Amino acid sequence: MRHHLVVRVVSKLLIPFILLFGLYVQFHGDFGPGGGFQAGVIFAAAFVLYTLVYGLDNAKRIIPEKYIRAGVALGVLIFGGTGVASLLMGGNYLDYSVLAAEAPKGQHLGIFVVEFGVGLTVASVMIVIFFAFAGRDHKIDEMEE
Amino acid sequence: MAVLSFMVLTVFLIIRLHNLFAIVMLSGIYSLLAATFFVVVDGVDVAFTEAAVGAGISTVLMLGALSLCGRREKVPDQKTWLPLLVVLVTGATLVYGTLDMPNYGDPQAPVHQHVAPRYIEKSLEETSVPNMVTAVLASYRGYDTLGEVTVIFTAGIGVMVLLSRLRLGRRKEDEDVG
Repeated sequence: MRHHLVVRVVSKLLIPFILLFGLYVQFHGDFGPGGGFQAGVIFAAAFVLYTLVYGLDNAKRIIPEKYIRAGVALGVLIFGGTGVASLLMGGNYLDYSVLAAEAPKGQHLGIFVVEFGVGLTVASVMIVIFFAFAGRDHKIDEMEE
Repeated sequence: MAVLSFMVLTVFLIIRLHNLFAIVMLSGIYSLLAATFFVVVDGVDVAFTEAAVGAGISTVLMLGALSLCGRREKVPDQKTWLPLLVVLVTGATLVYGTLDMPNYGDPQAPVHQHVAPRYIEKSLEETSVPNMVTAVLASYRGYDTLGEVTVIFTAGIGVMVLLSRLRLGRRKEDEDVG
């Protein structure tokens, strides 16, 4: 899509806002609708848009695939690790109450960290899956060239 | 009601059409309508997920799959009645199952009598998270969410292994073939 000037310019304008909205949904999920799952998908959508417009090679230059692959596992590790942390601090597995001095604060902290893990894994998996599809055949990133 | 009838209409269009590109687009529209329906019944978080995953990412992934396998549906050689029978029986069973379900929004329904009141009354106090859905998902039902994330993780690993050409040293030679 290298010749589509309008698409290129508009998506260049949109991508920062999509990323920002993803972050908002991620970190505001405690207060409004949203959470790690939705945020991860929105965040990944920005990268999908970038890949569609600028091609797979450019996208891979921005976020090398090995970092995304690490992100896939890291998110689950953060989630599971929060559980282990609460175990070590004397609570049950995934019982966040022990993570801070007061139980509600600990719960809030735990939910925040866990949602981050969810977001990280979901975003990384979506990007990895899309890259796998796009890298399979060069029709997608070099369409209409 | 209008949203639901549009959903039914979309499904019939999907059945009738043979152009896979149009079908993928229509299934995206179907997801968007489903998201609208969830907003109407006040399930904002679910609507959000449906719009982002169903209408957004999965449409893109389906298009990616289409670019690999062509955009025309293969017409089956002969008509078989077994699929229709399976669909009818399953549909009839589902409708039969709804017959003794409580009315929508009935406060006496068992689902509103079990743990829901506790979540509604105590979740803010216990977790200091104003969004009840987030509190339930991440804390009260933390195990389930961990399981879900593991499912996504496994799916990602599966696609990576099957589709992407992982650069493992010894595979270097036959990379061009695959």
